[in-house]
Amino acid sequence: MKQKSYNKQFILLSVLLIVLFAMNISLGSVTIPFKDILNTLIGDTSVKESWQTIILNFRLPKAITAILVGSGLSVAGLLMQTLFRNPLAGPFVLGISSGASLGVALLILGSSLFGGFFLAHSVSNWSFPIAASAGAFLVLSAVIIAANRVRNTMSILIIGLMFGSLTSAVISVLAYFSEAAQIQQFLFWSFGSLGNLSWNEILVFMVIYVIGILATVAVIKPLNSLLLGENYAKSLGINVKKNRNIILLITSILTGVITAFAGPIAFVGWQCRTLLE
Amino acid sequence: MIENSENSILKTENLTIGYPQKKQDHIIFSNINLSIEKGKLISVLGKNGIGKSTLLRTLCKVQKPITGAIYFEGKELNTYSENDLSKKLSVVLTERLPESQLTIFELIALGRQPYTNWIDTLSKADLEKIETAIKQTEIGHLKNQRFYELSDGQLQRVLIARALAQDTDVIILDEPTAHLDMHQTINIFSLLQQLVKQTNKTIIVSSHEINLALKLSDEIILLTENNLQFGTTEALIAKNAFDKLFPNNLLKFNKSLQQFVINKT
Repeated sequence: MKQKSYNKQFILLSVLLIVLFAMNISLGSVTIPFKDILNTLIGDTSVKESWQTIILNFRLPKAITAILVGSGLSVAGLLMQTLFRNPLAGPFVLGISSGASLGVALLILGSSLFGGFFLAHSVSNWSFPIAASAGAFLVLSAVIIAANRVRNTMSILIIGLMFGSLTSAVISVLAYFSEAAQIQQFLFWSFGSLGNLSWNEILVFMVIYVIGILATVAVIKPLNSLLLGENYAKSLGINVKKNRNIILLITSILTGVITAFAGPIAFVGWQCRTLLE
Repeated sequence: MIENSENSILKTENLTIGYPQKKQDHIIFSNINLSIEKGKLISVLGKNGIGKSTLLRTLCKVQKPITGAIYFEGKELNTYSENDLSKKLSVVLTERLPESQLTIFELIALGRQPYTNWIDTLSKADLEKIETAIKQTEIGHLKNQRFYELSDGQLQRVLIARALAQDTDVIILDEPTAHLDMHQTINIFSLLQQLVKQTNKTIIVSSHEINLALKLSDEIILLTENNLQFGTTEALIAKNAFDKLFPNNLLKFNKSLQQFVINKT
């Protein structure tokens, strides 16, 4: 796409990512020599067993989650900012992550209200991301419907914030009717955490994440032309309506899955747009 | 159905433009019969709010005509898909570009989008087209700047370059000289005139620079209240068409100068 090459920056940032990843794994409350960490990662079983457990079951999942969450939110932020042509727009501001929270809240807190149905499903790895994505999509569609009525981008942001407050109100109501244990569970989730993910959960996370990223690659072209605004995009032969829906769908899936696994920490998605553009 | 269609690239037949409304359609102009030829610079003139943009939007397929038909290269405009049309017709709009970090080169390269593959890689041919467009508009020195660093006049040139890179037979510009000073305005207009001569493209431009447009365009679409006239400057002057362009007598059209002059009282 570009003549001015971004390869240099890309390589630099990739190296930085790997270095940070390595640091993340090697630093912690238990000191483990770097050589042993490498040995553990390549599957050498001669390393002390407790160290192996720490690395493979605690640090590594955490580091991978961090990368998935960070990049996923950046992508979601990039999509939203390009679509709304506003550097303030992002999954957090538009109330999408609140929607995802609502989905999870309904799952955890609502189980006592609605009884068996949710409870029966809450065991599965998939139920969190599905609930969160559905919640995200719900709020996002509501924002879109509202956004089609008002042309002003500023009002769209305000509408997003309003939906955010609305969902937190609903969550409060749910909390009022729930039992202490469930509230605690939800509260811990809402603190946001990159740890505590089992390998199974990470697998689910990764599958959905990869789907989202692949779909994003597929809309690179419309995204590029949207940088000129919707009317120019149209004159370049882009079906704006269709692509807008695809972009919104990807965003809600990505935000949904991230919020489900890592808690409502979507503000990370704000900063990284310039980098990805 | 279409006579002398060899040279005519854009043709309208009993076209009515306006905005459909529930009770009664709001009609701006009706019975428009234009036949626009290849390699002509056409100016759309008229006072504010008369419907210049509505006409251009209808010709670009952004807005549907109320009745009548538009033929593009002898084929009805409706039958073109968005992607096909984007290879035939490019636009320069009045709207501001949304904020972004695009460089000038990237912005112009976006004009190649109808031809690029699904992840937007530029082929050699694409790069050549972009280089030509940059050369034609003489903006090579700006190539690596960000678009928000440019002056309005430079940005217009860049947007024209983008439309050129799109490699279409027709370019439609909506008031490209708004906000520009006199020098830049003449600059843009003579650039358009040059491009028409060099490339045999058809350029349709709406403008308020009437005196300049009269001098430089091949043909004029003149919009006055409920009346649309089309022809060369001379033909329209012979018909006294310009007398009705503005309502009061502050400005008067001087036939021998072929210009509007301020009425001395």
